[in-house]
Amino acid sequence: MAANAQKWSFRITPIRIFLMLLSLLCVGVIVFRLVTGLGMVTNLSDEWPWGLWIGFDVLCGVALAGGGYGTALIVHVLHKEYFSPIARSAMLTSLLGYLLVMAGLFLDIGQWFNFWRPFVSWGHTSVLFEVFWCVSCYTTVQILEFTEILTERVGTKYHALAVKALPVLMIIGIIFPTLHQSSLGGLYLLMVDKLYPLWWSPIIFFFFLLSSFFVGPAMICVETTLAGKAYDHWIPIPVLRKLIRISGYAMIVYLVLKVFDLVNRGVFNLMFKGNLEGNMFLIELVLGIIVPIIICFSGFSNSRAGLFTFGLLVSGGVVLNRMNVVITGMIRSTGVSYVPSLWEFAVSAGLVAMGILAYCFIVENFKILDHDGHGHAA
Amino acid sequence: MAKGVLVDLTKCVGCGSCTVACKLWNDLKWDPQNPTVGDKVKLNDKNWTVVGRHEVKDKDGTPVWRFVKQQCFHCKEPACASACFAKAFQKTKEGPVIYYPHLCVGCRYCMVACPFNIPKYQWEKTFPLVTKCQMCSTRVAKGEAPACVSVCPAGVFKYGDREALLKEAKSIVAKDPKYVNHIFGEQEVGGTSWLYLSDIPFEQLGFKTNVTHRPLPSFTEKYMQATPYVAITWGAILTGLYHYTKRRNQIAKENNKNIKA
Repeated sequence: MAANAQKWSFRITPIRIFLMLLSLLCVGVIVFRLVTGLGMVTNLSDEWPWGLWIGFDVLCGVALAGGGYGTALIVHVLHKEYFSPIARSAMLTSLLGYLLVMAGLFLDIGQWFNFWRPFVSWGHTSVLFEVFWCVSCYTTVQILEFTEILTERVGTKYHALAVKALPVLMIIGIIFPTLHQSSLGGLYLLMVDKLYPLWWSPIIFFFFLLSSFFVGPAMICVETTLAGKAYDHWIPIPVLRKLIRISGYAMIVYLVLKVFDLVNRGVFNLMFKGNLEGNMFLIELVLGIIVPIIICFSGFSNSRAGLFTFGLLVSGGVVLNRMNVVITGMIRSTGVSYVPSLWEFAVSAGLVAMGILAYCFIVENFKILDHDGHGHAA
Repeated sequence: MAKGVLVDLTKCVGCGSCTVACKLWNDLKWDPQNPTVGDKVKLNDKNWTVVGRHEVKDKDGTPVWRFVKQQCFHCKEPACASACFAKAFQKTKEGPVIYYPHLCVGCRYCMVACPFNIPKYQWEKTFPLVTKCQMCSTRVAKGEAPACVSVCPAGVFKYGDREALLKEAKSIVAKDPKYVNHIFGEQEVGGTSWLYLSDIPFEQLGFKTNVTHRPLPSFTEKYMQATPYVAITWGAILTGLYHYTKRRNQIAKENNKNIKA
């Protein structure tokens, strides 16, 4: 084994013990759910067939994991080596994100033993078909991409092969997420009479794609700040600042398109109606888009606090947007409200906890943070 | 030719025999909490059709009762079928939209996609299935009317070729001024196999009238058709960029070396 140079390590801290307990609770609920069905564990109903797990675990998870493909595009395809210090951790977060998404999806489907069915029974008119294929292929590609890091320590004789395969994997690994990030929005094209007009749009798929792209650097800011505190490893401010500029421009495009789309469909004024939908939409747009754009192009983004605030606002804004699409925007058409059960929250929190623990373990045992970014990826 | 059912709501007396026939033919359990006839009816996994009672006012302002049979409308271009990623919902050429349980993954996208919220779920089961009215597809395939239609004692239904029924419905509305000038199902989401006539405006009877007249699958058709081309083009662009930027960096490095030397 190649691991004898360095022992496997995993520090135990009070926070980690808490996270482990959360994960344990989550596993318990998962087992219970798989045995008893969805009715006892969730507050889902015929009026609310999709709830927290689809909204948060899947739609938000996929969007927040969008940092991976954006970074891959910038570092490995456009060869902006300036950003390579963040490449590995961004892609690791993305991989873990997708694994959690797969877990969330698996939990949410009723006939879970039948999950493979769309591989043989091609419902190719469905946007979900595209989501299904892309998410499963992309997760596979990401695992393969990770072998480049993995084989630095385990199974080192395959390392050369992994490095050689990387460019091809990177390109495939950008095509898939581009397709399905937009498809997740595309799912809602059918809900033309159900989703509130502030969110439903004939180009909702493009809004989903664009927001998954600009949330990437924001997540990297949050992640590197937390990792910086935990491991005393700081990514230089100018690197992050330049990175979020890319987000900033994408967000300006998003804002302009959004306003244009709303005006074009004659529903612009709906956001000032003072109802639940209007207010939630305003929060999403002001705190999640406009304020971060100001931070991004002002001097505030020249500080760690500024970068962290930017990251939190943008990530929070995208989470709010996805939850608004899945829940807030659908309340009016279902006529009933939906509050997730305690168990649904427990599972979502537990999945996130597992993700954090896995991240910590991998960071402590593989070259993720102190990677100089040169000499790999051809 | 695609079959359909014409429902004349003015004739329904709310006896509920159609709901009994449905349970018997499809072997569905009785649900004590959710009756199939009355004020508090609700479609669910055991009730594929229900008859709701509505207290409304007619044109002269006199309070009247109207009974509305609900079930799947069997859209001409069903959103559920276009939404299903495993082909568990399929539209047959005779008209019914059928569910194939063995293909179902249980994602419930059909439920979210249906403009009329028809598909229901077996929430209390470990391995739940989606359920909905199948328009007694095996009967229809044999040329027989659906079970509910065949038992109606009040002559509410007419079963036959959809286009012929639509023509007939139009002439009824034109001849008899008691009917509202709206055939529900003619244009809703591009047309449905079940067509309704009424003397009370449909929105007062709980119908979802504010739906698009465009077939729902058309909202995603172009998107899905474009996907392979987008994938290929995007892949080509990325590959091109990959080689271009790599070469550019190399040249830049070499130039730097030359300057240093």
